[in-house]
Amino acid sequence: MTDIQSTPQAASYDYAIEMQQVCTRFGDKVVHEGLDLQIRRGEIFAIVGGSGSGKSTLLREMILLHTPDSGTVKVLGCDLAGISDAQASSLRQRCGVMFQKGGLFGTLTVTENIGLPLREHSELDEASINDIAAWKLSLSGLKPESAGLYPAELSGGMLKRAALARALALDPELLFLDEPTAGLDPASASGLDTLLRDLHALYQPTIVMITHDLDLLWQVTHRVAVLGEGKVLAVGTMEELAKLEHPIIRDYFDGARGRAAQQQVHSNEKRSNEKRATQENPWKPK
Amino acid sequence: MAGFEALPIVGVTSFLLGIVIAYQGADQLKHYGANIFVVELVGYAMLREFAPLITAIIIAGRSGSAYAAQIGTMVVTEEIDALQTIGIKPIELLVLPKLVALMLALPLLTLFADLVGVTGGMLMASSQLDVGTHEFIDRFATEIPLKTLLIGLGKSLVFAAVIVIIGCYQGFRTKGNADSVGRQTTRSVVQAIFIVIVLDAVFSIIFNLMGL
Repeated sequence: MTDIQSTPQAASYDYAIEMQQVCTRFGDKVVHEGLDLQIRRGEIFAIVGGSGSGKSTLLREMILLHTPDSGTVKVLGCDLAGISDAQASSLRQRCGVMFQKGGLFGTLTVTENIGLPLREHSELDEASINDIAAWKLSLSGLKPESAGLYPAELSGGMLKRAALARALALDPELLFLDEPTAGLDPASASGLDTLLRDLHALYQPTIVMITHDLDLLWQVTHRVAVLGEGKVLAVGTMEELAKLEHPIIRDYFDGARGRAAQQQVHSNEKRSNEKRATQENPWKPK
Repeated sequence: MAGFEALPIVGVTSFLLGIVIAYQGADQLKHYGANIFVVELVGYAMLREFAPLITAIIIAGRSGSAYAAQIGTMVVTEEIDALQTIGIKPIELLVLPKLVALMLALPLLTLFADLVGVTGGMLMASSQLDVGTHEFIDRFATEIPLKTLLIGLGKSLVFAAVIVIIGCYQGFRTKGNADSVGRQTTRSVVQAIFIVIVLDAVFSIIFNLMGL
């Protein structure tokens, strides 16, 4: 299945993602200019930045959908430059991606969508695949009734959950989420916050997400990188970032929405932060 | 499936085309008292040129556009990206089956167009040129070599590949939004029809040089 054991690099990396001096251009437009980024194993990491700051491109470079013009990208200890088809395939099986628009296949039902990675990469029989799909479905918080529905019949929130369930099909070590709460109503969005926290508590995957959702940033992420001017402007916890003076970063944290989210975290989240601190920190670098 | 649903439109157009060829030829042939040559006129024109061409043009409009729209929509909904991250090659899943299917369906449709078109010509020959259907069929069997049919079918095989490749290529070039799907779909049809006609001209030259 995921053949983690047979991959030699599996045990020998500290960072889930390591990017060095990454440069990306589209024609004359420079998106990344010597960008460095490290994401630790097991942390929940968010990438933020204004429109056109190259967040999506950065994510596409991590999931082997785009190759940067120069610089190195290492994912789960594996250098993506000159990677063979077989290596790329085994790396892809260790990653799960939840796309912004879901990316669910319109001709397949929810269960078939979730089962597709298993059907593609495992020798499991049909019944086991359906069992696993049903389990992932419940894990993502969808009701069993939605299993037989087609993506077009799902609401926005259900679509995101189904997409998450598919991303989890192969129990990925590394989970990518592209705007997981975009377009959701507040109730669904906070449901997704809880879901991500529970999921991380369950088996500590590394989670990398792009998001504009301040609630999600304050309540779920461990560290956040702010992208701008083709580089990573700052990396740190939300508390650290909130103190920085850089104008682009300030744009993010000032304003009523930012303050509201910050206050909410101070009242709601103290308890869970304390709890987290008392446990042994699973996402601390070695 | 795409081929089956196209049968009525392909049938009607090629039937009319057969009638028009015979009708236009009838006037000229009557002048020289060479009425019976309508068989060669209809036979060569339909089998070699018009049946493969008109079928390819109809299918470029019907199926080529559908391919571009399907793949384009999948680009917009990020399904293509999702396929790649799951480790399925979009070309293998989305292009190869279409290629195989259309390379089977288009020659069959062309064969159907041949039959219907020649029938149209035959009806016209009997009503305008006093060439009876028996006479027509007898002469058709002796004067039109099998080679003519095979050349037409061979061309349709190439046209099928062109339609699939252009339709899918334009679909994959879709960027981001629904607007782009429409643009790429239009482009796929225009390009496919253009290339089919250009290739048809190139084939004429090649076959001429080869003495076929």
